[in-house]
Amino acid sequence: MKKSLYKIFFMISGILIPVMLFAQQRFPRPDFESGYQVPSPTTPEPRSASMELFDVFLLLGFLSLVTWFVLKKRSRKGILYLSILALLYFGFYRNGCICAIGGIQNVALAIADPGYAISLTALAFFVLPLLFALFAGRVFCAGVCPLGAIQELIILKPVSIPKGLQKALGLIPYVYLGLAILYAVTRTDFIICRYDPFVGIFRLDATYTMLLLGGSFLILGMFVARPYCRFLCPYAVLLNWMSANSWKHLSITPAECIDCKLCDQSCPVDAINKPAAEPVSTHADTRRFLLSLILIPVLVFLGGFILSKSHIYLSRANHTVQLAELLITNPEVRNDPENLDVQAFLTSGKTLDLLVNEAAVIRRNFKTGGWWVGGFFGLAFGLIFAGKTVFRNRKDYTPDKGNCLSCGRCMNYCPVGKPDYLNLMKDGIKSN
Amino acid sequence: MEKKIKSKAQKRREFIRTSTRLSLAVGLGGLTGLVLPETISGEWVWQIDPFECTQCGRCADECVMSPSAVKCVHAYDLCGYCDLCGGYFKPGVSDLNTAAENQLCPTSAILRRFIEEPFFEFTIDEDLCIGCGKCVKGCTSFGNGSLHLQIRHDRCLNCNQCSIARNCPSNAVKRVPADKPYQMKGDFSKS
Repeated sequence: MKKSLYKIFFMISGILIPVMLFAQQRFPRPDFESGYQVPSPTTPEPRSASMELFDVFLLLGFLSLVTWFVLKKRSRKGILYLSILALLYFGFYRNGCICAIGGIQNVALAIADPGYAISLTALAFFVLPLLFALFAGRVFCAGVCPLGAIQELIILKPVSIPKGLQKALGLIPYVYLGLAILYAVTRTDFIICRYDPFVGIFRLDATYTMLLLGGSFLILGMFVARPYCRFLCPYAVLLNWMSANSWKHLSITPAECIDCKLCDQSCPVDAINKPAAEPVSTHADTRRFLLSLILIPVLVFLGGFILSKSHIYLSRANHTVQLAELLITNPEVRNDPENLDVQAFLTSGKTLDLLVNEAAVIRRNFKTGGWWVGGFFGLAFGLIFAGKTVFRNRKDYTPDKGNCLSCGRCMNYCPVGKPDYLNLMKDGIKSN
Repeated sequence: MEKKIKSKAQKRREFIRTSTRLSLAVGLGGLTGLVLPETISGEWVWQIDPFECTQCGRCADECVMSPSAVKCVHAYDLCGYCDLCGGYFKPGVSDLNTAAENQLCPTSAILRRFIEEPFFEFTIDEDLCIGCGKCVKGCTSFGNGSLHLQIRHDRCLNCNQCSIARNCPSNAVKRVPADKPYQMKGDFSKS
């Protein structure tokens, strides 16, 4: 009897209210006579805050150890083993999240929007590697970053890339950094996380495109050492600034360089400066340097102008802007039950005007942000260009502090101070 | 004379280097100081607001985990323990039994257990649930809405940017404080 009543009610409600968004009590809670206890749903806890703090301490420990291996112990083996450990822990165990590279976006958003609550872990993961880079060079890249470690382990036969091409490809990280910040502060997307090529490998679970991206980076990485680190990683831009001005840095040789050239061939990332004589300074050089300095404001303006002009295209990645544009240009999508975004918007009860206003605000933010980011591109490119006109007198083989990843191969190859150093001397390496 | 000039140049370079280093340190310190006050609210995790969820089904596909970390949970307190459960049965079934063709759930993740006439208890087998929300839609449309979707934190990787949140059409996936990681339905409307 009761069963059929329910059935009738079910059918009626099925006809009358096909889709009810908000739940309501249609059926009273039964009074059980059999002594049945109503269970309550389980709530498995997330990873505890103390474990997150443990990660920060582990990061600190790793950074300190690598610094010690790079500066004091001068041990390539130590750095390598640490990077494997970091790959296992921060990569495969912690699934590559949170990482310093992605932390850029959290910090940028936290600055731009005080309402965004950033976690201490994210801030620490962003700041600590930079702090260490300012102190001792890019030790983070050498033995802590899981993305670096996975590429480090697959280097098979690195080819040397021409200097000009290297410089040109080296501009990509600046673009990536600028766009990542622009998309983060407009709350559009965290593109660094979205296009992280290795996170799918760390999770052992990825979509087809992710696997394709990660796989091609790994295959490329066999011949072009650490392609992501050198030509894509946005965090590397910041690390580069810090490391180029670092207080201490890895030195190839423990004592005096004997110009044996062994280290030059050992560096997989072409980050060793060869000895070079400073050309006699002429007025032409000075003029070129001054000209490039004058060029900087022009580039800054040009960059800002171009990017803010293209804000309409840039803002199309934003969900709200996309939806507003779609609803205006194709009003018939309202009748398309397959378009989930449109359907969710229609059921939300929000008016189109409100949505369009929101989209307009986001677009304006893109316009302002475009000036800043484009200006940053202009400044960065201008400074790099100006830097090319400055020559330094170099006697010995020295690491290029900004680009050196402190992997330590060159220390390993340097014969100075090694037990069989004297035998090498006898073989006449120095006289060559 | 030449040596003296050289040392002057070296001194100048040293000065420039030190001041650059110092300004970088100040910049980094300033950045940290600016952001540090915003960290007091502790750690954050992702969660679905069940009252904003429209059961579009994207949770099943958009999560970086396969199967998704989103599962159906059952607020038993709100359940009517109906024999004809709108979350369990496909609309229009003739026989109220556990035959696969009658079930709404594509993976048979809902267990139906007889309690007493005419009440049945429905529990979710989370190992089978893929978070598609079909049962939630059924329960919300025809029943009390006691079934709802939640991100289960024993499975969620807590990605920096939740890939479901990015694709959620109703913006129901939000960051919540880690000490209150669930938004279980305790009532019939958002309090």
